[in-house]
Amino acid sequence: MTIKEIFTTMEYGKAPESSAVAQQWLADQQHTFNHYINGQWQAPKSKQYFESTNPANLEKIAKVADGETDDVNQAAIAAKAAQQQWFAIGGHARAKYLYALARQIQKHARLFSVLESLDNGKPIRESRDIDIPLVARHFYHHAGWAQVMETEFSNFEPLGVVGQIIPWNFPLLMLAWKVAPALAMGNTVILKPAEFTCATAVLFAQICDEIQLPKGVFNLILGDAKAGQAIVEHQDIAKIAFTGSTDVGRLIRKTTAGTGKKLSLELGGKSAFIVFDDADIDSVVEGIVDAIWFNQGQVCCAGSRLLVQESISEKLISKLKARMDKLIVGNSLDKCIDMGAVVDQSQLETIKSMIEVGLAEGAILYQSKNNIPQDGCFYPPTLLTGVEPASTVAQQEIFGPVLVAMTFRTHSEAVQIANNSRYGLAASIWSENINLALDVAPKVKAGVVWINCTNMFDAAAGFGGYRESGFGREGGKEGLYEYIQESWYKQLSVEKPKELSAKNKADINANTVKNISIEFKIDRTAKLYIGGKQTRPDNGYSLPVFDHIGVHIAEVPDGSRKDIRNAVEAANKASAWTATSAHNRAQVLYFIAENLEARASEFAKRICQLTGQTKAQANVEIDLAISRIFSSAAWADKFDGQIHSPPQRVVTLAMKEAVGNIAIVAPEEAGFLGMISTIMPAIAMGNRVIFVPSSQSALLATDFYQILNTSDLPGGVINIITGDRDVLTDTLAKHYDIDGFWYWGTAEGSKQVEFESAATMKRTWVNDGKNYDWFSSEQIDSGIFLRKAVEIKNIWVPYGA
Amino acid sequence: MTVRQKDKKLSARPDKTNKIDNRNQGMPFDLAFINTLNINRSAVERRAATIGTRRTVKKEHQAAWLLKAITFIDLTTLAGDDTPGKVRRLCQKAKHPVRKDILAALDATELNITTGAVCVYHNMINTAVAALKGCNIPVAAVSTGFPAGQSLQSIKLAEIKASVADGAKEIDIVISREKVLIGDWQSIYDEVKAFRNACGEAHIKTILATGELSTLTNVAKASWVCMMAGADFIKTSTGKEPVNATLPVSLVMVRAIREYYQLTNIKIGYKPAGGIQTAKQAIEYMILMKEELGVEWLDPHLFRFGASSLLGDIERQLEHYVTGSYSANHRHAIS
Repeated sequence: MTIKEIFTTMEYGKAPESSAVAQQWLADQQHTFNHYINGQWQAPKSKQYFESTNPANLEKIAKVADGETDDVNQAAIAAKAAQQQWFAIGGHARAKYLYALARQIQKHARLFSVLESLDNGKPIRESRDIDIPLVARHFYHHAGWAQVMETEFSNFEPLGVVGQIIPWNFPLLMLAWKVAPALAMGNTVILKPAEFTCATAVLFAQICDEIQLPKGVFNLILGDAKAGQAIVEHQDIAKIAFTGSTDVGRLIRKTTAGTGKKLSLELGGKSAFIVFDDADIDSVVEGIVDAIWFNQGQVCCAGSRLLVQESISEKLISKLKARMDKLIVGNSLDKCIDMGAVVDQSQLETIKSMIEVGLAEGAILYQSKNNIPQDGCFYPPTLLTGVEPASTVAQQEIFGPVLVAMTFRTHSEAVQIANNSRYGLAASIWSENINLALDVAPKVKAGVVWINCTNMFDAAAGFGGYRESGFGREGGKEGLYEYIQESWYKQLSVEKPKELSAKNKADINANTVKNISIEFKIDRTAKLYIGGKQTRPDNGYSLPVFDHIGVHIAEVPDGSRKDIRNAVEAANKASAWTATSAHNRAQVLYFIAENLEARASEFAKRICQLTGQTKAQANVEIDLAISRIFSSAAWADKFDGQIHSPPQRVVTLAMKEAVGNIAIVAPEEAGFLGMISTIMPAIAMGNRVIFVPSSQSALLATDFYQILNTSDLPGGVINIITGDRDVLTDTLAKHYDIDGFWYWGTAEGSKQVEFESAATMKRTWVNDGKNYDWFSSEQIDSGIFLRKAVEIKNIWVPYGA
Repeated sequence: MTVRQKDKKLSARPDKTNKIDNRNQGMPFDLAFINTLNINRSAVERRAATIGTRRTVKKEHQAAWLLKAITFIDLTTLAGDDTPGKVRRLCQKAKHPVRKDILAALDATELNITTGAVCVYHNMINTAVAALKGCNIPVAAVSTGFPAGQSLQSIKLAEIKASVADGAKEIDIVISREKVLIGDWQSIYDEVKAFRNACGEAHIKTILATGELSTLTNVAKASWVCMMAGADFIKTSTGKEPVNATLPVSLVMVRAIREYYQLTNIKIGYKPAGGIQTAKQAIEYMILMKEELGVEWLDPHLFRFGASSLLGDIERQLEHYVTGSYSANHRHAIS
């Protein structure tokens, strides 16, 4: 085109970013990517490679090592050997390494960007202006955490070797989110990038090499699911951090169940983008562009469900369509595009088939009028209207540039629709009314909430999901807890506490009961405690309770599936407990302590009867229990959230929210104190509890509800179900409406809880058969209970008049 | 932009059947509508920040765009020491903004590139009109007590009429910022409507002085009040405020223009002024216009830059395109 012609048409033309340097780098690698293990580049043991291509033009990028168990084993040996020294060199030394990584990433920023766009298909604008700057920022920020670890986390230590498996949508950014906190906290890493997007990970490993990061601290394993599985199953790996699909996350949860591996999962989403009638609509339109047409919509937290107040729906949709027609789809290295290629052919087919499902169910399709390139894996910006919550495309993650739009009438209905999802990763709320926005933000079940903005990320702010979007946080102080553990944890013993089984007790009882004179009292009936009411078990059976020498002294209900069902329903109805102020919750807890103290002698007597402890011992236990109730009450309004400081003009409120319904299966060995120590922090943080007492202390639990009844505790906040622990554990673990599960019992029970919880991604906390010392202040008052009782939601609130 | 009560309130459509150039006739003042406007600064700034990163023009496209940018320039001198000699120099530059050899090398001679207008104070209109005789470059005059606007309405109207009588085809008026800050939108509507009537056939550009309006919501409201009162152009700044044209402010104003167009089918022009000194900035503004309003707004009838030093940078960039060597100021004629 001549200048005169352009002067008339005023077209943009193409603006290709040169890939010469990146191509030269690929040539220098001989178009071959190998593992980086123990500071060495290594060909795969299998000698097998597969091909990786540029999705925009299907040209070959490199052949990639096809890693498997042997490679992972070697990396694990290296990582394990390096770990102690890596921690021992101290926070400042680690900080200097992380700082060097940040610096090096900045120095090679353009090479990283171009390589990322070539490899993944994302627009160069995004890799250049968003991905890579965030990567550098992540290493800077965590260099700082390494520096202050000794003071900020003095009672913690690293986990050891960490296995990290990351997806293809933000290859280097996800690497940074995983590697930076792990290394900062003194762990060593085995990282596996997604099979088709490992170029920037290889370049990152080169940088590790250049800055002379100690050998074995960072190990890179390439390959597909085989290599991932080998990492997940490796016994020397203490923790798995995974970002990817919910299905694979679920598989990892099941595979690691009972192994004692720590796990953090950042999974899928179907995040709501909620627009109220007083929003700045033109800005909303741009927000939607950033929400769903960022990275071709291949974003786990993409705002893929547009919820618009009915009164402005027509206007917004019409503006949105006009905006869509301006979006340009093209080669990822063109600086003049809005959207690049989706990652590969199979993803493209998935998107197309989801659209077909949507259309078959009555959705109306609108696609950008701009042409898209015919070669390569391109899909246009797409809007589906005529979608309802019952539509498949409103429920399932599409992971492509497809927005589904629905309307709502009121703000409570907006919340209802937003939460009508198995996922809970992110939400975006648009309103110029701060009262409305800050009312809705806590009500939305999502780990990240953006007010009048979307897809904002920063190293200082935690990111992660609720529900089936996974658990654990990445970024911020909250993210560091995923890579450390309390120093006492490794000391916990696995010896089985001495305890008579019910069967043995029954046998003893049969022999001795006749010989003991029993004071004849009015028969008391212990019941279940559900929804604030004493309830007979659904099945009408009872279980015997024996004292410490095996005398049958009473019966407790043999709770079963239906009682669990009822307890969960009662817990759901007690949602006001979660919403009420922490001060009010504390008042109730103090009242419980007050009433317990008034009846302390009665409880002490019962403890003596059940456990054979001396009265003095029982009194110590009661006193400590009362003190623990006070502690929980005290923390109720002090275990605060944080305000993070990302570099943007924004406050990020890291709010601590209750997990929801928590099932607690009590520690067998420390009956009364165990019950109090577990239940109280849970309810102090606003959770509702379904509590299964140990068989030994079942009568204490049923005695205890009389105190609850007189302490103004609303019904349903604590529900007590006695019965067979294993049966009840199974039912609770399989229940879809329980959000958290704390389990103290056997290693097998722990495994079962983790395995069954995979279905709905419950937040599990199990003891792996280890024994906590319930009298130890170091362990029980360490804050771990409070941390497990909350989820952290980051609410981004930009400001500016 | 927020329009809570839908658009029903703005029912009075201007009668445009008997207007030769589809000029804006304005519409009745509607305070209820004005009060629905609400702009989110952070969101606007985020969008503005990507205007120049989502789009760019390179090589021949850049050259063509820069030539086009020249046609948008209101080549301006607004100084106390302006003399007829200075204004004649300015007018000559307006007629011949780019060295002939550069235009020839670009094969753009026949485009007859000139600036969009020459912009002066009232006292210099006569000189400018005479200097521009025989070419189509209009003379624009700043008016109504420019830049502060703190004078009598009767004097402002008289100034407009005198400028039009002297041959100004475009009048750049300033609105009363103090009325924005006290929320007296009706008065602003009334004064602009009176200015518009005083302009007669001359086009009216309404300067909002956005740097003094405090909030982007006020910018949106002032834009709407001026368009309702019959503005042909809305313009950011006098160039004398501490902060002049910015991309976020421009985004708010062009979105108001877009909405007004959707409502009335009338295209209002946009003129950012002050602070636009580089070719790169000029292109960002042009991208903004094309993205938010459409390519039809890339036309001197609908888009102008109020700028004095921008042209020099564009000339240097064009010479660089032609020669591949970075240019120097002294190789291009001053205005």
